[in-house]
Amino acid sequence: MRYWLALLLALIAGPLAAQTALPPAPWADRQIPDAGQERQAKALMETIRCLTCQSQSIADSNASMAGDMRSQIRERIMAGERPEQIRGWLISRYGDWVSYEPTADPILWPLWLAPLALLALGLLLLRGRIVRRKDA
Amino acid sequence: MRTILIWLPLALFLAFIGLFAAGLFQPDDHIINSKLVGQPLPAFVLPAAASDRPALASTQLATGKPRLLNIFASWCVPCAAEAPQLEALRAAGADIDAIAIRDARADVDAFLARYGNPYARIGLDARSSVQIALGSSGVPETFIIDGRGRIAYQHIGDIRADDVPMILDRLKATR
Repeated sequence: MRYWLALLLALIAGPLAAQTALPPAPWADRQIPDAGQERQAKALMETIRCLTCQSQSIADSNASMAGDMRSQIRERIMAGERPEQIRGWLISRYGDWVSYEPTADPILWPLWLAPLALLALGLLLLRGRIVRRKDA
Repeated sequence: MRTILIWLPLALFLAFIGLFAAGLFQPDDHIINSKLVGQPLPAFVLPAAASDRPALASTQLATGKPRLLNIFASWCVPCAAEAPQLEALRAAGADIDAIAIRDARADVDAFLARYGNPYARIGLDARSSVQIALGSSGVPETFIIDGRGRIAYQHIGDIRADDVPMILDRLKATR
């Protein structure tokens, strides 16, 4: 009984009410009329990390700050800015951390090389097996 | 040798399970510092957030004397908790300006009436745009701005009572 009561209270707690009383920014949840621009903005928003709920992209998050970032991204795309420019601007504020897109930074080279190295290892193993079977 | 090799995949698998399990139990609260520390404050002009305090522009923060820039909001609970510490900083001679995030004037007025008003100027950032330009990721945060308008230090989260001497020392060390 006590658990059910706790669950009920947790459900009506309203954590969103703790954020802000203001309505969302104008372009937070509204699409750009131009479909091409909206596609660009959406693709960028899906690879920008939300600062409030750190495991979500700003496209997925309901946090008010994510809404403000979505609105700002749409406004800047409409003003003619390129998505990679906006990503660069955000990275200059929050670091690589804010972008889900891996960069070509030297520290990430092992990450890029790993698939190639694993593929080479696989081919090597395969070759060993085929050669052995021919011998038999 | 062969028996060791046979157990190796299982050992690796268990090592990964251990790694992921450890990750599950670690609190996921990364603190994201602004990359603008050490750089000039981005330019901004904000309207007034409170009825009895003037508006805030970035040029007003480069006064030749270091100042504190507090990022707060009337809807933010830890901001209310840090109010006494801001009051103590002001009493110790710190000049404090503020930016209210996603706020409305009536709410800011009510917040200041209840928790005190240590601010010289308060700008209203209704859509978090200045907050994002500052590389700030939440409320409350407090920046030390040096006399030339550069960001010298960023304090993330509410200022606790034992942070006050540290902030005053940093303020003194900043020019």
